[in-house]
Amino acid sequence: MKLSVMDPAATSLGSIEMKSATPGSSGDDCMVRFDGVSKFFETRERGGLGHPVRTVALDRVDAVIGAGEFISLLGPSGCGKTTLLRMAAGLMQPDEGSIKIQNKVVVAPRRDACLVFQNFGLLPWRSALGNVEFPLELDGIGEALRRDRARELLDLVGLQRFTDHYPHELSGGMQQRVAIARALIRKPVLILMDEPFGALDAQTREQLQEDFLRIWARTGTTVLFVTHSIDEALLLSDRIFIFSTNPGRVKAIMTSPLAGLRLDSDMRVDRRFGDCRAELRRLLAGTQT
Amino acid sequence: MSIVDYIDPPNGELRLVVPVKPIPTITRIRRVLLSPNSIRCLSVLVFFIVWEFAGRRANPLFMAPPSKIWIASIDLWHTGLLQRAIGQSLAPFLMGLFLTIVIGIGIGIAIAQSRSLEYILDPFINALCAIPRIALVPLIILWAGLEFWGKVAIMTSTAVFPVIINTYSGIRDVRGSMLEIGRAYCATELQIFFKITLPAALPFIMAGVRLSVGLCITGIVVAEFFTAISGLGGMIVEYSNVFATAKLFVPITIIAFVGVAFTEGVQWLERRLSRWRILERERG
Repeated sequence: MKLSVMDPAATSLGSIEMKSATPGSSGDDCMVRFDGVSKFFETRERGGLGHPVRTVALDRVDAVIGAGEFISLLGPSGCGKTTLLRMAAGLMQPDEGSIKIQNKVVVAPRRDACLVFQNFGLLPWRSALGNVEFPLELDGIGEALRRDRARELLDLVGLQRFTDHYPHELSGGMQQRVAIARALIRKPVLILMDEPFGALDAQTREQLQEDFLRIWARTGTTVLFVTHSIDEALLLSDRIFIFSTNPGRVKAIMTSPLAGLRLDSDMRVDRRFGDCRAELRRLLAGTQT
Repeated sequence: MSIVDYIDPPNGELRLVVPVKPIPTITRIRRVLLSPNSIRCLSVLVFFIVWEFAGRRANPLFMAPPSKIWIASIDLWHTGLLQRAIGQSLAPFLMGLFLTIVIGIGIGIAIAQSRSLEYILDPFINALCAIPRIALVPLIILWAGLEFWGKVAIMTSTAVFPVIINTYSGIRDVRGSMLEIGRAYCATELQIFFKITLPAALPFIMAGVRLSVGLCITGIVVAEFFTAISGLGGMIVEYSNVFATAKLFVPITIIAFVGVAFTEGVQWLERRLSRWRILERERG
């Protein structure tokens, strides 16, 4: 298990490297680069002398994500992981620092970086097909072409029989499959997922994790995946960014030793799974304030 | 020794579907007879029968039974007066309804989209909404005359407000998370409006239109009472002045039928357009 810790307070472990773990930190395979990214929020809090102050939601995040990597952002609620994702999606701007995707600073949402929402974010008056083709419709692609593409993707997520169903006629898991198909339709280089399986029951969740991994392996896109579940982060990721709260920071990055197992076997039975899990629990426990 | 006991289905047969249980004929007949629509029809039928009996006993000066009303309407049809009155009322009614919907949705969208426009217009909208519109009728007649456009103006001024208010609140009610879907997928402002905001607000807008249909009917009758020279409303005034009670009931009945037909039609359209919303709410 390779673990790099950014927070000096966590240096009690043997296997720690005190440098930022950034495989492929330069060159073509760099997909996302966070450079000292901070975000502040207005509150009613007042500092010394009664001056208004801003709360630090996210403090100086530095990280580099390589092309094709599956990265989980793991932490308790309020640690700024969703804020970081939304900034990468271009829905918010950082107050300090910058985020670059493929060496271009993110100033607005990009067509090749697609977001999957926690509450699925489907348009309830559109059928599954209508929802999946929505991005291509915005791009002005002809109806026949985008319908074909949307059918292909619904096929990929296993919903070929449900193309004409409306979101309210689908289960939560199916709705999120539709949302994943929609995110894939523009062939994005980066998929941003905000606790996408958080609202699902345990069995559906496992099935979707498995299916999504397979899709990810086929498409080869980079994934930034927000979660608060240790198991989910381990089951899916190449690397896990562990966040701490108050202020929100990336406290440590774990390079999963189990990444090679995730596609064909059940990594839960591997002994290292328990070790990694215990390590992540320990790191997260230190984040509670 | 296994810790799992497998429980096989009886005879090794798995059932994915089973036949529907047949419903006995008596239950079917009962279901048809007790269906909402047959109860409605029965209720109306009983009402007419009671009316017929009561109407025949009453003084013809005050009340007329349905049979007399029917005869009166045939007479009026033969003289051509009825067709003319219907035409005189229906044309401004349709025009007024059309303008009410178009102007109402237009103003509603405008004030929902632009804060400054909202601040400029809302004192006037509130003031006009607060004044009983009937108080403005003499003024409108003065400006727009007694004929077609006068009626249209009275109707529209009466009926336009529910459409404005519902369109406005429907658009304002669209959740930020819904608009964010558009933003995240790089939609232009115009695309967000037409592909997200408007469809999401449509159920509200249709509810406003439904309320307006009723007010449009009130509006046209009020207009014709004041002008009292044409249309079904004019007919009502004319026949009530001469105590021709059976004839008086003819325009009233027609207005009732037209009103029910239009309201039902709009309700049907509303249900169709907002089906997703109803189903979504049922699902919770």
